[in-house]
Amino acid sequence: MTGRDLDPTLKRLLGSNEPEIGCDECFAQLDRYVELELAGAPADALVPGLRAHLVGCPACAEEHESLRALLELDSVS
Amino acid sequence: MAPPDTNPDVSALAAAPGLEEWHLDLHASGARREEAVARLHGLLLRAARFEVFRRRDSLPLVSASERDYLAQQAADYAALSVLRRLDDFRGESSFRTWAYKFALLEAAVKVRRRAWRDREVTLEPERWEELAHAGPQPDDDAENAALFEVVREGIRTALTARQRQVLVAAVLEGVPIDVLAERLGSNRNALYKMLHDARRRLREHVAAAGYPEANE
Repeated sequence: MTGRDLDPTLKRLLGSNEPEIGCDECFAQLDRYVELELAGAPADALVPGLRAHLVGCPACAEEHESLRALLELDSVS
Repeated sequence: MAPPDTNPDVSALAAAPGLEEWHLDLHASGARREEAVARLHGLLLRAARFEVFRRRDSLPLVSASERDYLAQQAADYAALSVLRRLDDFRGESSFRTWAYKFALLEAAVKVRRRAWRDREVTLEPERWEELAHAGPQPDDDAENAALFEVVREGIRTALTARQRQVLVAAVLEGVPIDVLAERLGSNRNALYKMLHDARRRLREHVAAAGYPEANE
């Protein structure tokens, strides 16, 4: 069985083996990460462990989406 | 996914990005600082209103005026955080982006806590097996069903009571981690670490039970 075949509840229960940072470090790096993303830079390589954290932490993922959306709104205002 | 932002308040408050040297005045004193603090607060209020508006569907019974009060409070707290941590700003992003994240965090936490204010959170780990959605779904294959049993056993035997409590509430009941932190007298970072450790123990348990592929 591969990870892709896992039931979604099992996926959320088991999480991922990928190295990840914690919530505090995610918050510390989030502004840089989102600006790198929006600039088309390799954000995941430059800020290792943040993407894996967003997959495992719904709260940080929401705040990442919001910061990205707000900056995108700014760019068209 | 959140709907597109169409909040007229947010659009009307949009400030041109422009040059950002004004934030240096936050280190100054007197009228220059006051002007910079007012500008900072305006920026944070815009971000907080943006976030509360984005998450408005999670507050169906909350009036627009109460939502705006939440945003105002979030902006006030965020301003204090930004001013307290000014020296942490290293210029790795624009100041605007750096400041925004404080307001988004404060607003998001306030929305989650308000949404769960009157909801019960099951903190009795023994109850986890009663949760209807904790078992295999009808379209799950036999291997998933078998793995569910191994995971159930792992939750029962491989985790500490506290890990079980946090895993069940956060993953199976969908309790936001900030809400859980508030009710357990902890903080988001510490609880996420506990969740992370619980998941690792579960993966080790299922690997030892003969499902190494699930441990990826």
